[in-house]
Amino acid sequence: MSFWQFLQLNWSELLSLVQQHVVLVFIAILIAVVIGVPTGILLTRYRSLRGPVLGLANVMQTIPSLALFGFLIPLPFIGGIGTRTALVALVLYSLLPIIRNTVVGILGVDANVREAAVAMGMTGSQVLRQVELPLAMGVIVTGIRVATVIAVGVTTIAAAVGAGGLGVYIFRGLRQYDNNLLLAGALSAALLALAADFFLGLLQRQFSFEAKRSAAGATVWKLALAAGVLVVLIGGFVWWRGGASNSAGTARVSVGSKDFTESALLAEIAAQMLEARGVSVERRFELGGNLPHEALVNGTLDLYPEYTGTSYTAILHHTPMSDPRAVYEQVKQEYASKFNIEVSQPLGFENTFAMLVRGEDARRLNLKTISDAAPHAPRWRAGFGQDFMSRADGYPGFSKAYGLKFAEVREMDLSLTYIALSSHQVDLVAGNSTEGRIATLDLFQLADDRRYFPPYEAVYLARQDSLARVPALREVLAKLANGISTDEMRQLNYEIDGNKRDPKEVVKAWLAKRAL
Amino acid sequence: MSDADKALVEFQNVSFTLSGTNIITDLNLTVERGETLVLLGESGCGKTTTLKLVNRLFEPSAGEVRVEGKSTTAWDPIALRRRIGYVIQEGGLFPHFTIARNVGLVPALAGWETNRIDERVRELLSLVGLEPDRFAERYPRELSGGQRQRVGVARALAADPPLLLLDEPFGALDPLTRASLQREFADLTKRLHKTAILVTHDVREALILARRIGLMHKGKLLLLETPEQFLTSEQPQVRAYLETLELKGGDH
Repeated sequence: MSFWQFLQLNWSELLSLVQQHVVLVFIAILIAVVIGVPTGILLTRYRSLRGPVLGLANVMQTIPSLALFGFLIPLPFIGGIGTRTALVALVLYSLLPIIRNTVVGILGVDANVREAAVAMGMTGSQVLRQVELPLAMGVIVTGIRVATVIAVGVTTIAAAVGAGGLGVYIFRGLRQYDNNLLLAGALSAALLALAADFFLGLLQRQFSFEAKRSAAGATVWKLALAAGVLVVLIGGFVWWRGGASNSAGTARVSVGSKDFTESALLAEIAAQMLEARGVSVERRFELGGNLPHEALVNGTLDLYPEYTGTSYTAILHHTPMSDPRAVYEQVKQEYASKFNIEVSQPLGFENTFAMLVRGEDARRLNLKTISDAAPHAPRWRAGFGQDFMSRADGYPGFSKAYGLKFAEVREMDLSLTYIALSSHQVDLVAGNSTEGRIATLDLFQLADDRRYFPPYEAVYLARQDSLARVPALREVLAKLANGISTDEMRQLNYEIDGNKRDPKEVVKAWLAKRAL
Repeated sequence: MSDADKALVEFQNVSFTLSGTNIITDLNLTVERGETLVLLGESGCGKTTTLKLVNRLFEPSAGEVRVEGKSTTAWDPIALRRRIGYVIQEGGLFPHFTIARNVGLVPALAGWETNRIDERVRELLSLVGLEPDRFAERYPRELSGGQRQRVGVARALAADPPLLLLDEPFGALDPLTRASLQREFADLTKRLHKTAILVTHDVREALILARRIGLMHKGKLLLLETPEQFLTSEQPQVRAYLETLELKGGDH
């Protein structure tokens, strides 16, 4: 698909992502100005505070954005997932340039002019409002300009905590190895940054009193007024939407997913089935790590798809075992007692770690099982996703169980491992057994002959109070019990990752075919 | 008229210390209503500090400065400053205000009605020789140094304060502009019966403008004389100043 075609097909989604992005940046900068400018003014009055406060703001800005989001997630009130966390992080990033430029701008006001103002009989606040702030405004706006451009960039990371914005396309593009998505996300973000820079530059020029022939003071205030009105409108709109959605809370469900195609697909299936039953659905897809679990426990989410093996090892911290029935029962019972979360009937397929080699190698070396491959491992390079590298039942346990030693182990994004394998960058990868590209790239799955990996049966996890609140939820979960086979799942995955089709369309077609 | 009524500003045993350094030492001085008193001295002699003690930009470390019979520390500083016009070198105009807004600032702070302010601004601009129609809506950077200085004087006069403080008001101007502004200023204060304290290091300016000249040196007032007495004084400091005058004269 050409980039142009991609844009034609997806322009409405792209526009809504741009809108989310702009609203996030706008609100964050607004809050940062409301906090930063008074703080800056305070620092010009209390010299001793200047070092510590500017130092703190400086440190904030040196924290890598992804790490900052990570720190914020576990915090109460300001943390969690979604817009609020993103805003907190964005505000923290935007503060330094705004505070610093406020201080520099005010201290840079000509001492003669300030003295004249005092000697004319201006009160402290008159000096500030009529002389210092107007004269410092050019420098302050420069700070806001810098902060805004930074915020447009950082906001792309906000997608990782489910706040939306253009980062959604960038992350999805990275995951699906789709340049159109990447390009659409990155290009739009860059254009936004340039546009913000341009318009704030225009605003800034309004305040250069020394250079311009006639400072159009009236224009500035009209502009400020227009901006103010816009803020109130947007704020009101957001508030109204928030209020409206809460008042209709009885039939509203928040569906989450993890940050890979299959999880998003399963979430979309549930979402569309719920919508068909008149439930309004909030989609919070593509959340990283254990975020969906935490969000489900704290009530931000009502439902998300999970795998029994993951719950068993990563959430409940049990050592892996191989009996699917026993794992399922254990997970079901512990989730009910520990988290008040209900585990649905298995969906009918497993998505376990699949040890993959190239089909040609498997045929040439006559490889069937992982044990068959062990003797070749010292000459092989392996490619594993971050998830597999870090979890207890991943690489550390796996390599011990089979006595594997590779020539080299590369950590890379999971979605890239398949391509890396087929293009001979690596010789063995740990993929997902339902990955659609296994067949199309002629990859071969080695059998887990020592039954090392625990069963990863797909299930939905739902809050018990949500099930009680929304009866349709239980109905949907019952319909999906044993409803999806491994082959079907591979096919669905391939429609998205291989054929680059829109997940919503794919799910819609599948539901129609299955009459669900 | 009693002595207290005659004196608009009085310094009584005033000393001023800034971070351990004596800037002003034991200053006694009376400024009478209607006179122009010029404080003369080289830079760092304390003459500007003396000026700032009057409108309470500084407060005396010892002694007392009285304005209209009341100690400056007993005045509300805002009320005090609005009764005192202040002119500094280059005018100290607000670069983001139009000329009209600069001149009308103190009346605006005092809460005058807009019409009355406009009228007053036009009157004052005419008074200092600037056509209101041409200059009112301009910004300070669009004016020459001399024009800005005129605006500075107009601003100081706006709320009709009884007292003017001028800190080297004509210092940054070319000699011709300076001479004409000095003449106009002398006329103006006479016509408006203003009391003025003017600070300068230019002895020629002191002789033109002053009813009395106070010579300052290292924070002390060395003498306080009329220009006529000043010209004939045997004080070595005074002689030194007058010699620079003769040197300049010799050039002609």
